[in-house]
Amino acid sequence: MTREKIPQLICPAGSLPALKAAVDNGADSVYLGYKNDTNARNFAGLNFDDKAMREGIRYAQSHGRHVLMAINTFAQSGRVADWHRAIDGASDLGVNAVILADIGLLDYASRHHPNLRLHLSVQGSATSYEAVNFAQREFGVRRAVLPRVLTLAQVENVINNTTVEIEVFGFGSLCVMNEGRCWLSSYATGESPNTVGACSPAKYVKWEKTPGKMSTRLNGILIDRFDDNEPAGYPTLCKGRFEVNGETYYALEEPTSLNVLEILPEIARIGVAAIKVEGRQRSPAYVAQVTKTMRAALDALSVDNQHYHVKPAWQTDLAKVSEGSQATLGAYSRPWR
Amino acid sequence: MSLQMNIPQFQLPDLVARIVSHLPQWPHAMTLTAGLNAAVKMKLLPPDSLALLEEHSFLVEVLDTGGRAYFTFRDGLFRPLFTAPQAPDLSLRANLSAFLQLLARQEDPDTLFFNRQLSIEGDTELGLIVKNMLDAVEWPNLPVISGLSR
Repeated sequence: MTREKIPQLICPAGSLPALKAAVDNGADSVYLGYKNDTNARNFAGLNFDDKAMREGIRYAQSHGRHVLMAINTFAQSGRVADWHRAIDGASDLGVNAVILADIGLLDYASRHHPNLRLHLSVQGSATSYEAVNFAQREFGVRRAVLPRVLTLAQVENVINNTTVEIEVFGFGSLCVMNEGRCWLSSYATGESPNTVGACSPAKYVKWEKTPGKMSTRLNGILIDRFDDNEPAGYPTLCKGRFEVNGETYYALEEPTSLNVLEILPEIARIGVAAIKVEGRQRSPAYVAQVTKTMRAALDALSVDNQHYHVKPAWQTDLAKVSEGSQATLGAYSRPWR
Repeated sequence: MSLQMNIPQFQLPDLVARIVSHLPQWPHAMTLTAGLNAAVKMKLLPPDSLALLEEHSFLVEVLDTGGRAYFTFRDGLFRPLFTAPQAPDLSLRANLSAFLQLLARQEDPDTLFFNRQLSIEGDTELGLIVKNMLDAVEWPNLPVISGLSR
């Protein structure tokens, strides 16, 4: 039995009850955002106003956990001050780190708040150690979140060639994302995560019920049509079913969730510093269920990594909250590559 | 924060819905709006989200009980609608067990939606506002019902 460093568990919080659920169920860090378009989960009614933010930070830090603030959209023309204010606010509030994607904002934060710990967001498109080391050299970035396109061997290659901590996704809805450069939502609606902080904003989404069927439209475009007993997915273009060469299927991506429980020992072995759970848009119930399961798995790994095995109950609990009720190892496992 | 019990997934017999749907529906709306207004008075619901509900019409339908509650939000209060609007701005439909699981924070609405146990129709953004508003509520501690504890 050997002991190795167990990755930190980073959990999502879209509300104060979700944050408390993450802390109470064993997250090492929570990540959150302001109630505005400076973060990529800018949904109506979601996220933290000033009062909730202060209480959330107090709650997490008093329990010995860290708070990471996502300011991971790209500053929009004429409104750069809004993003600068968000970074200044995060620093004043005493968060443990900010998660940034925009190079201009990384530059601003490193100049104005040299003691503020910087994480490179997954939207920052760093897939190679050269990109990660660039962010470290220029802005002092301490951790980088890798996009969900690399195989485990590629993640290991990045880790072996950098001193920046590496964070990877461990659970949650998969997204085409094109390494942070996806414009599918903009193609359909004119708005995207990088610009307004939301993919396929709800105001463009229509669920149409007809006998035995439900149709999903995004800005009028028919994305999918489900039978009554078929599982549904998020109303995004990438998760739609389209006719290609006479066949109708999920041409871009299946509605499914990433789940790395099976390869957790490998993830720890290659030196991943942190595992991120997706889902700031989800409810406290989801955060509690996923955090609890991931914590149990990481604890099992820390006790005895030689005899770690995935408990069926963990998989059942995670499968239930998964989009499309199915899970995949995603890009981590590509035996043909 | 949540009810300390495990609510199973269940469905009431069809007969219940067949009978209840023929009864007057306004008592459901009265009960639901009274509950929501109590939450408003306790300042559990954020004013910025409430403001976005102003003058919108809602339908909450419990499929297996046959109960339907039509209501609106006006001047700071939820109010029953005694005449059903032709197409409510937002309709939420599920079986009783799913609504109870949502209220107890045992299940997440996205999960129920993916699994087709919760149906949302109408103004999707309004649905998101309602969902996120309820998610953000810090419910006062409720008494543990003995015998139902996990």
